[in-house]
Amino acid sequence: MPKLKPEDLAIITERVRRTMILREGTGRAIIRVHMGTCGIAAGARTIMNTLMKEIEDRKIKDIILTTSSCAGLCSREPMITVEVQNQPPVKYVDLTPEKTKIIFDKHILSGEIVKEYALAFGSERVP
Amino acid sequence: MAYRCNVLLCTCTMCVSVGALKIKSKLEEEVKRFNLENEVQIISTGSSWLCTKGPTLIVQPDDIVYQLLKEKDIPNLVEEHLLKGRPVHSLMYIHPEELHPIEKLQDIPFYHDQRLIALWNRGIIDPDEIDEYIARDGYKALVKVLQNMTPEDVIQEIKDSGLRGRGGGGFPTGLKWEFCRKNPGSPKYLICNADEGDPGAFMDRSIIEADPHSLIEGMLLAAYAIGAEKGYVYVRSEYPLAIKRLDGAIIKAREYGLLGKGVFGSDFNFDVEIFRGAGAFVCGEETSLIHSIEGEPAEPRQRPPFPVEKGLFGSPTNINNVETLSCLPRIINFGAKWFAKIGTEKSKGTKVFSLAGKINNAGLVEVPMGITLREMVFKIGGGIPNRKKFKAVQTGGPSGGVIPESMLDLPIDYERLQEAGAIMGSGGMIVMDEDDCMVDIARYFIEFTRDESCGKCSSCREGLDAMYEILTNICKGNGKDGDIEFLEELGEATINASMCGLGKSAPNPVLTSIRHFRDEYVAHIRDKKCPAKSCVDLIEYSVDQEKCTGCFICNVNCPTNAIIGEKKKPQTIDKSKCIKCSVCFEVCRFDAIKVG
Repeated sequence: MPKLKPEDLAIITERVRRTMILREGTGRAIIRVHMGTCGIAAGARTIMNTLMKEIEDRKIKDIILTTSSCAGLCSREPMITVEVQNQPPVKYVDLTPEKTKIIFDKHILSGEIVKEYALAFGSERVP
Repeated sequence: MAYRCNVLLCTCTMCVSVGALKIKSKLEEEVKRFNLENEVQIISTGSSWLCTKGPTLIVQPDDIVYQLLKEKDIPNLVEEHLLKGRPVHSLMYIHPEELHPIEKLQDIPFYHDQRLIALWNRGIIDPDEIDEYIARDGYKALVKVLQNMTPEDVIQEIKDSGLRGRGGGGFPTGLKWEFCRKNPGSPKYLICNADEGDPGAFMDRSIIEADPHSLIEGMLLAAYAIGAEKGYVYVRSEYPLAIKRLDGAIIKAREYGLLGKGVFGSDFNFDVEIFRGAGAFVCGEETSLIHSIEGEPAEPRQRPPFPVEKGLFGSPTNINNVETLSCLPRIINFGAKWFAKIGTEKSKGTKVFSLAGKINNAGLVEVPMGITLREMVFKIGGGIPNRKKFKAVQTGGPSGGVIPESMLDLPIDYERLQEAGAIMGSGGMIVMDEDDCMVDIARYFIEFTRDESCGKCSSCREGLDAMYEILTNICKGNGKDGDIEFLEELGEATINASMCGLGKSAPNPVLTSIRHFRDEYVAHIRDKKCPAKSCVDLIEYSVDQEKCTGCFICNVNCPTNAIIGEKKKPQTIDKSKCIKCSVCFEVCRFDAIKVG
């Protein structure tokens, strides 16, 4: 292995942080794919894979992708909830990989909500 | 490779001993079964979590903690949480005296009140992956000092930070470095003292197991400041996992050119060697430790000359504790001012403690100096198990002293603990409840130090032996008037006449327990009673004839057939056969067995 130079630290950090961001829990945006039985049956796994591929291909390292359980609206699955920092969460319904890619481009990367696929702002109230 | 989920599994010595590695292979198997390998990353981290609740794991980014895991729980956990995103409530942490589990790590009081400096990376990184350490600002402090700071600047920075030795003495670290640097002798050596011998202490082991690179970087910083090119880590042989991880970390650091000749391409050379201690308590004393590395018998010698003047192989040697060294990267990165803001007037920063004994959340905690013992025991520690009453806490292991309940609001710093007759020590904290007899505890610690005394000074060798004998007599009911005064006199004499830290501190548990619990000693000596009902020779078991229903459970369980009586009639105990094993007391459902 070659000996490190001081500037190599930043390169290693750049590479490794992408897998470590999950552990610190702070990212520019959090995407939750609802993966209850209903979600999985409706194809949530394809949505998840699409999102993972987008993140992988674009070498993004400050977006957290995670799963969540059924959101209660089983007939509109697959669903995702997108929470861009400092903005209320948005739920998207009836997704396909194509729609997901558009949402990823517009909402997650540019902060512009894709109204035609969105169900509602916000999450349920918890006591 | 990006993942959507990180599973952080604690693989410290304790968790491994209760099956963490089995859990890991089961996890891997299940993750594979559901084809989640490309989505879920499993990481083994160092010790960190609630040690008594192991094996534990944390699922990120959800921040959910699972405890007391068994292999059979894993398939359900993987399917429910990792595949379907439904956290499994039955495996979560439940706070003592609460009914519902706490989901999020941050909400658990045990973690909430901690502040991590020495344990900066605990439970977050894989200790075997140097890249993960680097990604958390690792080796940045080293670059900073090599490029922008002279050794004098580094010493000044550490002096300004107010960092004091975490091994127990509390000597200002910057000042020690300055003495070593200014000494004309050469070569200079740096030794890291990881010979952690106190019963119930596991701070150093945990730091090395969780984050060995913090220690290596700290040693590099210290070596640069004092001008050393060679360093030793003196670690107990009883810490195989810590040695393995540190060894691996040193090899990786060498491959990266962070240890060895020309660190980071500069003209600074430094390398580290692990020295495995043969396992004597006295080796933690710095002059004994030096003798041990030199190949001599591990016996202390007279100071001065101090090791910074004449240490290893006659050269100036700087000895620091693991925790002291592990704080350094953060102090250099964030600055002395930041560090000096944390803590009390004379004790800056944070301190790592290992909570053990009669406490719900035994484990490793790092808290700012100045936190009170009450917060430590009841908030972070979660109080005493089985609704028992708190009695005392022993700080500083066998060299420290007991602190009674009346002093629970004492803020923890070097000076305050000393005023109370205890010491900060390396950070062991043993909690005792109403069932613990203070005389017996003092006897236990004296037995330990008596065994570990090297025998060089007669005061320590004979003094501790005599104290042990008196304490044993008291516990057996053979104490006489004047014993307490004699113990005090012997203790003082041992402290005054012994040369090294072992003898100078060994009588502390006896002296402080006499100071705070004199009435217990008196009860043992005059009334031949043990108020805590713990000294076997001073208690008797009998059956309350009114309460006993004759259910026969004690009779069946008694190992010596000492319980006599007919079924459905009150029982009696034959005192000549009774061995006071307490089995009858534990099995009785009617509270009919009396101890006294």
